[in-house]
Amino acid sequence: MTITRILVANRGEIARRVFTTARRLGIGTVAVYSDADSGLPFVSEADLAVRLPGNSPAETYLRGDLIIDAARRAGADAIHPGYGFLSENAGFARAVIAAGLTWIGPTPESIDAMGSKIAAKELMSAAGVPVFGQIDPAAATEADLPMLVKASAGGGGRGMRIVRSLADLPGEVELASNEAASAFGDATVFCEPYLENGRHVEVQVVGDTHGNVLVLGERDCSLQRRHQKVVEEAPAPLLSDEVRTTLHEGARLAAAAISYVGAGTVEFMVSTSSTPGGETAKVSFLEMNTRLQVEHPVTEAVFGIDLVEAQIRVAEGGTAPSAPTHPRGHAVEVRLYAEDPAADYQPQSGVLDIFEVPAELAFEQFATYGSRLDSGFVSGSEVSTHYDAMLAKVIVWGPDRASAFRTLAGVLERARIHGLVTNRDLLVRLLRDEKILAGEVSTDFLGTFDLAGPTVGTSSAERAAVVAAAERDRAARRVQHGIPVAWRNVVSQPQRTMLRPLAGGEDTEVLWYGGRDGYRFADDVVVVSATADQVVLEVDGVRVTHTVRLIDDVAHVDSGLGSASYRMLPRFVDPAEQVSAGSLLAPMPGTVIAVSAEDGSEVEAGQTLLVLEAMKMQHSISAPGHGVVEIAVVVGQQVAAGDVLAVVSTDAEPATNEESA
Amino acid sequence: MTTETERRESMLTKIADLDAQTALAVLGGGERAVERHHKRDKLLARERIELLIDPGSAFLELSPLAGWGSDFTVGASVVTGIGVIEGVECLITANDPTVKGGASNPWTLKKGFRASQIAEENNLPTVALVESGGADLPTQKDIFIPGGKMFRDITRSSAARVPTIALVFGNSTAGGAYIPGMSDYTVMVKEKAKVFLGGPPLVKMATGEESDDESLGGAEMHARVSGLADYLAVDEYDAIRIGRRIVARLNQSKKGAATSGITFADPEQDPEGLLDLIPTDLKEPFDPREVIARIADGRSGTNGAVFDEFKPLYGNSLVTGWAKIHGHQVGILANAQGVLFSEEAQKATQFIQLANQIDVPLLFLQNTTGYMVGAEYEQGGIIKHGAQMINAVSNSKVPHLTVVMAASYGAGNYGMNGRAFDPRFLFTWPSAKSAVMGPAQLAGVLEIVAKQSAESKGQEFDAEGFSAVKAMVEAQIEEQSMPYFLSGMVYDDGVIDPRDTRTVLGICLSVIANKPIEGTDRFGVFRM
Repeated sequence: MTITRILVANRGEIARRVFTTARRLGIGTVAVYSDADSGLPFVSEADLAVRLPGNSPAETYLRGDLIIDAARRAGADAIHPGYGFLSENAGFARAVIAAGLTWIGPTPESIDAMGSKIAAKELMSAAGVPVFGQIDPAAATEADLPMLVKASAGGGGRGMRIVRSLADLPGEVELASNEAASAFGDATVFCEPYLENGRHVEVQVVGDTHGNVLVLGERDCSLQRRHQKVVEEAPAPLLSDEVRTTLHEGARLAAAAISYVGAGTVEFMVSTSSTPGGETAKVSFLEMNTRLQVEHPVTEAVFGIDLVEAQIRVAEGGTAPSAPTHPRGHAVEVRLYAEDPAADYQPQSGVLDIFEVPAELAFEQFATYGSRLDSGFVSGSEVSTHYDAMLAKVIVWGPDRASAFRTLAGVLERARIHGLVTNRDLLVRLLRDEKILAGEVSTDFLGTFDLAGPTVGTSSAERAAVVAAAERDRAARRVQHGIPVAWRNVVSQPQRTMLRPLAGGEDTEVLWYGGRDGYRFADDVVVVSATADQVVLEVDGVRVTHTVRLIDDVAHVDSGLGSASYRMLPRFVDPAEQVSAGSLLAPMPGTVIAVSAEDGSEVEAGQTLLVLEAMKMQHSISAPGHGVVEIAVVVGQQVAAGDVLAVVSTDAEPATNEESA
Repeated sequence: MTTETERRESMLTKIADLDAQTALAVLGGGERAVERHHKRDKLLARERIELLIDPGSAFLELSPLAGWGSDFTVGASVVTGIGVIEGVECLITANDPTVKGGASNPWTLKKGFRASQIAEENNLPTVALVESGGADLPTQKDIFIPGGKMFRDITRSSAARVPTIALVFGNSTAGGAYIPGMSDYTVMVKEKAKVFLGGPPLVKMATGEESDDESLGGAEMHARVSGLADYLAVDEYDAIRIGRRIVARLNQSKKGAATSGITFADPEQDPEGLLDLIPTDLKEPFDPREVIARIADGRSGTNGAVFDEFKPLYGNSLVTGWAKIHGHQVGILANAQGVLFSEEAQKATQFIQLANQIDVPLLFLQNTTGYMVGAEYEQGGIIKHGAQMINAVSNSKVPHLTVVMAASYGAGNYGMNGRAFDPRFLFTWPSAKSAVMGPAQLAGVLEIVAKQSAESKGQEFDAEGFSAVKAMVEAQIEEQSMPYFLSGMVYDDGVIDPRDTRTVLGICLSVIANKPIEGTDRFGVFRM
């Protein structure tokens, strides 16, 4: 049963990850792709690629029938599901096997056994794995607080809610149930104790058909935002040997209990508290993920094992690999998202103009300490609204935890990422945070962290943007090519360029002079050299080299002082194109799912006018002030970012617009 | 001999003074008038121009010191210059409403006429930024009759297929109403532009009709009723935006030699060195090749030599030869020893003919004390030879550029293409002096004549008494030969920092190329 060609029923970085190992092993590769993904690198890198018409997951990556048909047409003899989508769908696994293909994953029975969290907990408890008891919502008391309401099916934080007051419980249960029903098609939820300052620690296992279970240490994934992991590391910091042993042994028992085959992860909640008698730790089984995890590379780094290769060999009937008994060094991974942490983690979509991460490896296994980039996107890729907004994972393996964190922060800081707002700056600050460096990580850490971060002085980046743009304009001149920029024989005023920071914040006006001696500013900042893509400034005797990329009216600037992007605002706005004041614009592309204010009615500040669903999240659009509302959209309407959704006129009489008639 | 340091210090002092004089023009009607104007949500003349021209492009202001030394504000209540709008070189004029409401005085008129001449000679579309209270009435005798030329020039430009555009920001009444009236395109700013022949008081006096500004000449009325306004702008920015769109659609292209895509090198010598060249005493000559090395293109793939000198061994008080400036080939005539002899005059005549034969513009670098005098030279035919040179300069049809670097005395001013010979552009360095002769010589000549006159009348010449007259005349000539004075009279297009010479010439050569460059083979009879 030798696999010759693998189809990856997934997209983006995980597809590229599987392809990398497959190519190394001499196995052919097949991609499936939705319309929106047709330009992404995983499609062109595959030996063969099959289109799945449409964009929504339901039309594409969740269509098991189309994927099996694609495997048949492309001559694939095995299917790797990646993570997410159909990776934990026992029905799909059965269909793959029924189609005579090799399923690179656990048996459908294992998936079923762990698919229901309620049933799984009972099973694990019986096998001797430490498990918290469930709380019956109807019988809950103050003593049970705080508690967690969770969906029995699925994962990723959806359908999960923390309850701190008994009064909120019924409502939260209902909301969680609704969310679970819409996300996973199963409304079942359950309640369990919630551990404040709890840590999420998980154990990697690989089982084979010969009854072996290899335990590959643990990972700490406590740094989460809204139950989605952000920073992951191996081994977990500050765990006693006793707890570590409890976790490893629990994982082994869990895998053995269901005769697990393939790579899987057993997740635990760990809560440690210092008492006068020493440290006590509570450990409880959360769930088992019957698939490869996003964060698998940190385990690969410290154990020197290619987990995808292990999956393939086990699927072929081989044995689980042998591994060192202890991890070597320390590995840390971050998930780089196209999202705005300061704006409630709003996902971003659009063109990723520049994506250059100075990592040494791409998907390959570490041979020495260093950095690795697992990315689904490249410069110029379009990030669509249809799927998860994760751009890439960056992994660093170092001799110890402190040096791994330092190196990763440096790699991220030197990365050139432009076109979309990302969580990069937040990640860098997390990796340098003293508490985190001290190992004080918990799942609620980010809840109290300053997400926006300090505003860094960017006046040198602003100037570099303006100078680079002036150089570009000079090169594009139709007349007077060699004449110095903004030359004047009578100087009456500075040149003015208005910049709007794309990351948000106030518009700023850069005042500058051109002329015989080159660019000048009112202060003593010196322009040492300037081209359209590089501007060297001298600020207080320190030279700063800025790398600039100009795309139409947008300037992306990187330097040793940081990165910034600006839109250079036009000097003139055609009044016919101006939107009237009080216009509420769509913050992102999406669908109007509800209109709650009547057109022409009077509204109060903060009143919800309509709801937009975008990127699987609902955004309420509310009135900025008291006034009369004019609704510009209808329920079900698709809108693009920047479209006018409604106009609230603050004066009593409705706005007339006879000029443009 | 002066040292480089002395020359540099002297030149820097003169440049600082130039900046101070120019600042007067920028200040316009003064701080309070500027503040009042801004408070009305209005932009200054130069602010309007800065918005009108392409970002990062150059603006060559013309005659900024017009009116210097007169009773009127330096700058003559109007800004004129050449700017690039949507990639098209345009002649831009902007009234300065902070100076007596932008009213025109005799210097305004003279400066405006010069601007129209430049537009006409170089095929430049004109954009007028209008806000003027009309004529400065106390000086109406000097402006009413000649002022009609302003309107004549607009429509003649239009007839010559060179478009004219008026952006009206404020008052443009009475005679001023004909500026938008004669222009090809007119934009008026809502609630600000006011364009009528007669205002309410005049109408009341003339016909008894009761009226108001808006019904007589408001922007809305002209855009919707009279049709005088082609575009109604919501504000000043919008008017400028519309003005730029109009120019973008003018379908302009250069008729002369194209230089786009041609690469060229910077000068081989640092232009900064120009400050060290000009002796403080103009009697001391300097080598103009040092100037050429600092303003001409350096060697590159398309330029094998900086300066190919013509007739280097003949008439070496005048340097002639070919160079390139910003990729444009030019023929250069530059005084080397001040004095022009017969050989120099003949060499110049031949060189001007050569440039006409091959359609190459000429650049005159002036530092001349005039044609040589004395029996030997008169007998050698210096008048004939000087006349040949003036004949060639006068009838040459390739564009001429003149830079007065230092001395410009006597007929040397004519032969070296002074203002009367209509160079396309003439700029002056702060070190320049122009007069019929040097102040000391002129005073000395006066003394000799007075002495002869006294003697012929049998009177005794009062040498001591005359020395006071002599000193006064010398001072007066000295003052009147200074660059600001002559620039104030609009006898040049501006006084420039020598280090900007290459840039100014580069702009001028680019502007010149808007019209075909064609030399002539028809000169006056050369007296041999």
